[in-house]
Amino acid sequence: MAVKISSSPMRVTVSLSGEIDHHNAAVIRMEADEAIQSKLAPNVRLDFDEVTFMDSSAIGFVLGRYRIVESYGGNVEVINLTRRQFAMMKLAGLENVVKLKTKK
Amino acid sequence: MKPINKMILKTDSRSINESFARICVSAFAAQLDPDIEELSDVKTAVSEAVTNCIVHAYPNKVGEIIIKVFIYENRTVKISIKDKGRGIEDVKKAMEPLYTTLGGERAGLGFAVMESFCDRISVKSTVGKGTTVNLTKIFASRTYENE
Ligand SMILES: Nc1ncnc2c1ncn2[C@@H]1O[C@H](COP(=O)(O)OP(=O)(O)OP(=O)(O)O)[C@@H](O)[C@H]1O
Ligand SMILES: [Mg+2]
Repeated sequence: MAVKISSSPMRVTVSLSGEIDHHNAAVIRMEADEAIQSKLAPNVRLDFDEVTFMDSSAIGFVLGRYRIVESYGGNVEVINLTRRQFAMMKLAGLENVVKLKTKK
Repeated sequence: MKPINKMILKTDSRSINESFARICVSAFAAQLDPDIEELSDVKTAVSEAVTNCIVHAYPNKVGEIIIKVFIYENRTVKISIKDKGRGIEDVKKAMEPLYTTLGGERAGLGFAVMESFCDRISVKSTVGKGTTVNLTKIFASRTYENE
């Protein structure tokens, strides 16, 4: 499990890799929030390209970031989801508040 | 019906064991030769049930999680995940999507995920005694191509 951050004035990208469960979510959350809250960029992109496993903890993670970014007027997109990850996020109705994009 | 194989795993309710438990169960279920998606279904459902034991059943202590896996002839695997923790007052309500008693970063989707990835789920719980989640997964029959 690892978190990579890249940023420009308009966007913070948080690239996640490995497995997102309740155990790993704590560290991922800390690193993501540090970047998000120091930049306050209008767009936050969560890249799931290298995520090999997720359970509902990842849904909670996305929802939590959405609440933070929304509170300062920014928007969140989640990219490179597998079809399975996409279906799980839709269980939560996440598509109504963040932009969800599947892998090519 | 009698199982043709079984496995029992007892582990501490420490979050580090979430990945251990789901990998262990899916490795055992792999003997039925499911496809990758079906194995991911098992992994995800087990991860949900085990996480619930850790965060809800034993909120401020470490308790025991007992996982039993039974394999049947008709490509069926039954998994029970049991704790001796707090218990659930209203199981029906707890299983409703988006219902959570913890808030914060919990989405309230664990049971919804287990339901969507398994063929059957039943939950038995007694307040103060603990909870058992029973999951049934039936793998599709595989047709093998001739060489
Ligand atoms: N083993 C358990 N012991 C005690 N209470 C439980 C147990 N499992 C579930 N619950 C109760 O049922 C509720 C719903 O569980 P569910 O897994 O659907 O959502 P969650 O754990 O709150 O959130 P998420 O799974 O999305 O992180 C929990 O909030 C908790 O109150
Ligand atoms: Mg849960």
